[in-house]
Amino acid sequence: MDTAVKKKKLGLKPRYRAMTRGLDWQTSYQDMDKIFPYDKYEGIKIHDWDKWEDPFRLTMDAYWKYQGEKEKKLYAVIDAFAQNNGQLGVADARYVNALKLFIQGVSPLEYCAHRGFAHAGRHFTGVGARVASQMQSIDELRHYQTQVHTISNYNKYFNGMHKNIHWFDRVWYLSVPKSFFEDAMTGGPFEFLTAVSFSFEYVLTNLLFVPFMSGAAHNGDMATVTFGFSAQSDESRHMTLGIECIKFILEQDPANVPIVQRWIDKWFWRGYRLLSLVAMMQDYMLPKRVMSWKEAWEMYAESNGGALFKDLARYGIRPPKGWEDACEGKDHISHQAWNTFYNYNAAAPFHTWTPNAEEMDWLSEKYPDTFDQYYKPRFEYFGKKHKEGERFYNTTLPMLCQICQIPMVFHEPGDPGAICYRETDHDGDKYHFCSDHCKEIFTNEPEKYVQSWLPVHQIYQGNCFPEGTDPTVEGFDPLAAVLDYYEIEVGRDNFDFADSEDRKNFREWNGGVEEEVSP
Amino acid sequence: MKLTTLTDYPYEAKDRRENFPAPLLYIGWDDHMMFCAPVCLPLPADTPFGALQAEILGGVYGAHPDFKEIDWDVVTWLKSGKPFTPDSALSLAENGLGHKDVIRFITPGLTGIKGSHA
Amino acid sequence: MSNVFIAFQANEESRPIVDSILADNPAAEAVYSPGLVKIDAPNRLVVNRETIEEEIGRDFDLQELHINLVTLSGHIDEDDDQLTLSWDH
Repeated sequence: MDTAVKKKKLGLKPRYRAMTRGLDWQTSYQDMDKIFPYDKYEGIKIHDWDKWEDPFRLTMDAYWKYQGEKEKKLYAVIDAFAQNNGQLGVADARYVNALKLFIQGVSPLEYCAHRGFAHAGRHFTGVGARVASQMQSIDELRHYQTQVHTISNYNKYFNGMHKNIHWFDRVWYLSVPKSFFEDAMTGGPFEFLTAVSFSFEYVLTNLLFVPFMSGAAHNGDMATVTFGFSAQSDESRHMTLGIECIKFILEQDPANVPIVQRWIDKWFWRGYRLLSLVAMMQDYMLPKRVMSWKEAWEMYAESNGGALFKDLARYGIRPPKGWEDACEGKDHISHQAWNTFYNYNAAAPFHTWTPNAEEMDWLSEKYPDTFDQYYKPRFEYFGKKHKEGERFYNTTLPMLCQICQIPMVFHEPGDPGAICYRETDHDGDKYHFCSDHCKEIFTNEPEKYVQSWLPVHQIYQGNCFPEGTDPTVEGFDPLAAVLDYYEIEVGRDNFDFADSEDRKNFREWNGGVEEEVSP
Repeated sequence: MKLTTLTDYPYEAKDRRENFPAPLLYIGWDDHMMFCAPVCLPLPADTPFGALQAEILGGVYGAHPDFKEIDWDVVTWLKSGKPFTPDSALSLAENGLGHKDVIRFITPGLTGIKGSHA
Repeated sequence: MSNVFIAFQANEESRPIVDSILADNPAAEAVYSPGLVKIDAPNRLVVNRETIEEEIGRDFDLQELHINLVTLSGHIDEDDDQLTLSWDH
């Protein structure tokens, strides 16, 4: 009997090339430069797009097959979670505020990434880059959708999630992620890839996802863990796009190196500043803690980043300018960020609180050089005032950094007792920054950032009141009008966790039992 | 333009003086980081500098236990990080303060909750 | 010398994959945290389709890794038979 002969197949690499190459053409009715107007203006020189090495070689059939399997598993878990009242299983209701921060500040970025990659996917002349960008655009839309579905169950039971897109476009702290991504989307396709695929999706991504997802796992949030891991496998493809595109650009022409270096400097720093929100979440918003921000930074930035930049040194790329200051900040930024939201909780649609004694002991242990010296005293004072019925709320609008748009909360590097102030003059006006690195981003492209929509300034310009508001009437309360414009439900979405509806409800649902909550 | 663009395009700086009802002034109280950041206030140019200590700063910083202990006679000031000696009787403008200037005040001996600079 | 790593959701599907990787990469180490298994290796790590097929007793398409893959680090080289992570420089 004849044994069956296995039919010869093309290997993965040639198979992928056969499926994705040779489908493009040089246009004749219009100039190529007219069809692809964005691919040269940034000054990046590409001589040979054939040198593009595809990151993961998923053709559409494989993509739908494996993504489909992931979706079935994910939605089964989401259904089970809803059916079994999974929201009752979280460690305590304070944890849900981490999800609020996520759906408000991270999920909209997925949508921005979807748009940004769709644009990049249209405008590269290289086919490999177009395919990879288009696939990522689909992934990012998937992420937005799956995050909304995952968190929608919590939305039925807790406040602070129902208007995430409205808030994203208006609320003061959400201009931090919004301006980050809009800065990237308004750059050209090469800058976009360097900013998002490389700096964010490769260098910094683990610092976003692992804390949120491990935090979810430790705090009984099965749905978010499942979403997180389901998204992360997409992220590994995105990471490969990031590292491969950077290699490709650097290998194409030495003239690209200084341009890419400037982008790496800029986007590492912008990404680092954005991560202040994650640092705070990790150290303050997880009732059952995983690891500290400092530990996560050491694991995912310092060791991993060290290996990466050693590898890129052969192209003439050095670590980003802000690297040392970012490492110096690891002992501080989570505390500085939490303090900020504690200050301004009247104007933010999620809750904050004073850490309890056990939590402060953990913080002291994880931050032996800084927590007791610089941060514990004020949190203890906050707790004391809250107990006395005078919970502290800052009622004056803060000074913002022109670039990262975060209030000027960061310290002078090397001097944790002092705020870092930097400024420059441009075209007759002063501009202010939280750091040397935000300042340098400005001075490299001032015309871009003088156009920034800074929430505090916009409020003072009268642009953050509901339509038809008359600020000249007697008894006009600008803060109330702003909260109206934000569509924050005062007394439900905002203020301290201690007196919140979330807390009251969660306690009732759990038969009157709760973990110890400060004050 | 320093900015690399496809074409030259017209743009406007969003925070010009004329867009606000009054010039913006940024104020920081050194060593009091309980207030997470310096503040931003629109203050008419003819506001007497002395109104800051007499009326305005109390509303901003009064919640801090150090505030009522301040001896304004020994307070020192910085403007854009450099020593600045304001005249309380003169206006903000007459003291050389314009739109988006930043001033800081230092209260010797008062360095926050338990001396932690907060 | 720098570490490469690959991380999977810790579940019954990834268990034989992890075992295969540890068998083929003597210097690799697996670290577990809730829901996650991360494998670190100095400089280089190879995932072999054949080893996995021996473990699980059926044909395996290496791209199935995507279902449980969480994250990875290092340059990737991929074909039908192996996936290699490395820091060559």
